[in-house]
Amino acid sequence: MKDLIFGKLTLQSLPHEWFTIGGTAAFFGLAIFAAIVLSRTKRWGWLWNDWLTSVDPKKIGIMYFLVAGFMLVRGGIDAIMMWLQQALSSGSSHGFLTADHYQQIFTAHGNIMVFFVAMAFIFGLINFIVPLQIGARDLASPLLNTLGFWLYVSGVVMVNMFFILGGEYAATGWLATAPLSGLEFSPGVGVDYWIWSLQISGIGTTLAAINFIVTIFKMRAPGMSLWKMPLFTWGSLCSMIMAVAVFPLLTATLFLMYFDRALGTHFFTTTSGGDPMMYANLIWMWGHPEVYILMLPAFGVFSEVVSTFSRKPIASYTSNVLGMIGVSAFALSVWLHHFFTMGASADVNAFFGVMTMFIAIPTSVLVFTWIATMYKGKIKFDTPMLWFLGFIFIFTIGGIAGLMLAVPPADFQLHNSLFLVAHFHSMVVGGVLFGIFCGISYWFPKFAGFRLNEPIGRYAFWCWLVGFCLSFIPMYFLGLMGATRRMDHYDSITGWQPFFALMFIGGLVLAAGLALQLAQILASFIQKNHLRDETGDPWNGRTLEWAVPSPPPFYNFTVIPQVSTRDAYFDMKQNGDLKPAYEDIVIPKNTGAGIYISIFAFFAGFGFVWHIIWMIVVSLVGIIVVFIVRGFNEESEYTVTAAEVKKLEETRLEKAMAVVPNKYDKTNEDMGLKELIRIIYFFVLDIIKNKRWQKW
Amino acid sequence: MVEEQKLHHHEVLEAEATDRVLFGFWVYLMTDLLMFSVLFACYAVLHNNTFGGATASELFSLPVALTETLILLTSSFTVGIAMVAARNRDKTQTLIWFGLTFVLGLAFLVLELKEFSALIHEGHTLKTNAFLSSFFILVGTHGLHITSGLVWMTTTMGYIMKRGLNAPLVRKLSMLSLFWHFLDIVWIFIFTIVYLGAFV
Repeated sequence: MKDLIFGKLTLQSLPHEWFTIGGTAAFFGLAIFAAIVLSRTKRWGWLWNDWLTSVDPKKIGIMYFLVAGFMLVRGGIDAIMMWLQQALSSGSSHGFLTADHYQQIFTAHGNIMVFFVAMAFIFGLINFIVPLQIGARDLASPLLNTLGFWLYVSGVVMVNMFFILGGEYAATGWLATAPLSGLEFSPGVGVDYWIWSLQISGIGTTLAAINFIVTIFKMRAPGMSLWKMPLFTWGSLCSMIMAVAVFPLLTATLFLMYFDRALGTHFFTTTSGGDPMMYANLIWMWGHPEVYILMLPAFGVFSEVVSTFSRKPIASYTSNVLGMIGVSAFALSVWLHHFFTMGASADVNAFFGVMTMFIAIPTSVLVFTWIATMYKGKIKFDTPMLWFLGFIFIFTIGGIAGLMLAVPPADFQLHNSLFLVAHFHSMVVGGVLFGIFCGISYWFPKFAGFRLNEPIGRYAFWCWLVGFCLSFIPMYFLGLMGATRRMDHYDSITGWQPFFALMFIGGLVLAAGLALQLAQILASFIQKNHLRDETGDPWNGRTLEWAVPSPPPFYNFTVIPQVSTRDAYFDMKQNGDLKPAYEDIVIPKNTGAGIYISIFAFFAGFGFVWHIIWMIVVSLVGIIVVFIVRGFNEESEYTVTAAEVKKLEETRLEKAMAVVPNKYDKTNEDMGLKELIRIIYFFVLDIIKNKRWQKW
Repeated sequence: MVEEQKLHHHEVLEAEATDRVLFGFWVYLMTDLLMFSVLFACYAVLHNNTFGGATASELFSLPVALTETLILLTSSFTVGIAMVAARNRDKTQTLIWFGLTFVLGLAFLVLELKEFSALIHEGHTLKTNAFLSSFFILVGTHGLHITSGLVWMTTTMGYIMKRGLNAPLVRKLSMLSLFWHFLDIVWIFIFTIVYLGAFV
């Protein structure tokens, strides 16, 4: 009976370790605090109607940013813990983490950073910017978009579930290599949490990717042929096509892994004819393209930024696009370089090694088009441009390390060493994360209506660059000296401790960089009237997203623009064809279906993790019912007439004119860090002196 | 005049929506095909790993598989006729031919389940060995798709009876028929690789 109701879930699995209890307390503390604030300010309806059920890609984009930012801090804490453990755990000292706990941390760190941070930031950028760049008002399927986001949130909750409800997380590495992840060697629920958090968010990714492909192919403004699309849209298109090509493989592989664990099948087991190496092949067929799925939109961001800040069109647009297409195509045929040690024949290894080296060619084409764009340009060194230059530096180091790893005999030595860890962090931090930060600082005026504070942004950038070099350059050397990855302890005789200590210091500098970015956002909010972007075009931009006001109205464009050239908006500005005009606009209605389906999906996943049959059945039926009810709802849109649009536009302009500067906006400069600290100090002092909490 | 223009505008919007939805559905079908391709790859790798158990040729019966194939092929034909009727907005004919498709799909499913239960009854379960794991999961996934197709068909028929054949419902039927043909093609590969392959 107990099994029927609770499955494998018992009282013993509730949180009982310091880190899980701490996590639970922090989570519930935050939730209760948020609930109190919402009730006090009577904002529940606003939260539900204006945000949670919204199908506006701009709002969904911002929600992606918020959740991803939260998870970036969460994954960053994991990273700091690992660095600290390695700095301490030499010789007789064993650091402050047990080996098992350490394994769970590096697994969670990898999953969180790739799936729930990088992926989410990229989707946030694509959601917000792509419809604006192609001159569309919405996506092909607003429902799939909100569903994709909420499935991602379900995945986020699932990956953190072991904090709240106990159990454990996978201790298998971020891709849960078989047969280690099989029931025989990982009997706990950790791997099941891993499977279902990835499964739910992965299905969301597939759906979102289909949606963006249809949007980009079918909903471009009239006149915008594929070869006139902005480069960020091109990068996103390549990325989304790759996503639909490989995410189904992940879905299928995760199902098979779950069947092995729950139904007793023998796909990846070591007994009864199973084949663990098939798991390695299948998971990397998805896993390798996955990093390029993250990388290509970032390439697109860099193309936009380098062109805008060099005040030139991109050098050789065609080569740039072909470079991105080339990277995407080659990326699908290199997966085997993750396990040259599998024992495939020399010919097979040679093929995949050579294919891996080939990727360097289209990638270099991209780098050369960026450098050629800067050549003879009038470069403005604003923060977005700094992120781009930092990227070129780190990405080149990481890329060359990648070429070394592509040589099978060298890889036999470097396989599973810290050299590899340093390589892929160069690509994913220096490439993807810097690209995300570059994109956010570039498009922030479009998101919020005011640009980001410049001086604090520069400090943050330098912290990230210096911190990155301190924490990952030593890793290359350690790897060559023989330090393996996923190592929680080493002999003192190796003499590695100073390197690890240096890496920990680098980690602290990175944390300072992240803190400065939060400070930067805070400072920008305080000074937002001074930083306000009145024109909608703060950087003298070239593409259509700058043709609309910042932040854009919910219908994006009052009339869909006619496009005739690549830098559509730049040419409109040159020719002066920017007159206000209005038309009737069809807008999709908000829907809670995405949330309901995702809640059911979460409970289905939870039931699968703990083998609670009734919960699985109820949730699956729930999903089907919501799908049917929503799918056959034929009144999912409403029309805003031209007259109403005109009125909305006029109100918006009036509001913009009526802005009253506050006391922080009087200066003509962005505030520095000192000024920010002074303001916060006086703010807190004021609260304490005048006992202001009594009013709350 | 204005009314006419509005009507025309509405039709254009509907046509654009159909274009987008069907294109998106094609992309979805390709992702589904990729999932099947993983299962086919697993079957190709594992089908000899019987671990001392019975082999494919000892377990499968060609007449049953052929019957299933013929039933499914016929259902593809009936769904085609049903779509012609739907495009002509002929409600009765649409319901009749989709009803026939439903019956054929159900017959296929019953045959498949009988085959599965016979195997399980004789002790050949998906826990037995890697060959049977990959067989049950591959063919079972196809069966699950057929089941979801039947659920989809039932609900759509219900709405057609209630609302008549309007543009959004015809669009749903087009997707459903694409889905059904897709499952038919996947089955042809299952029939060739799994069943015929066992006796080569």
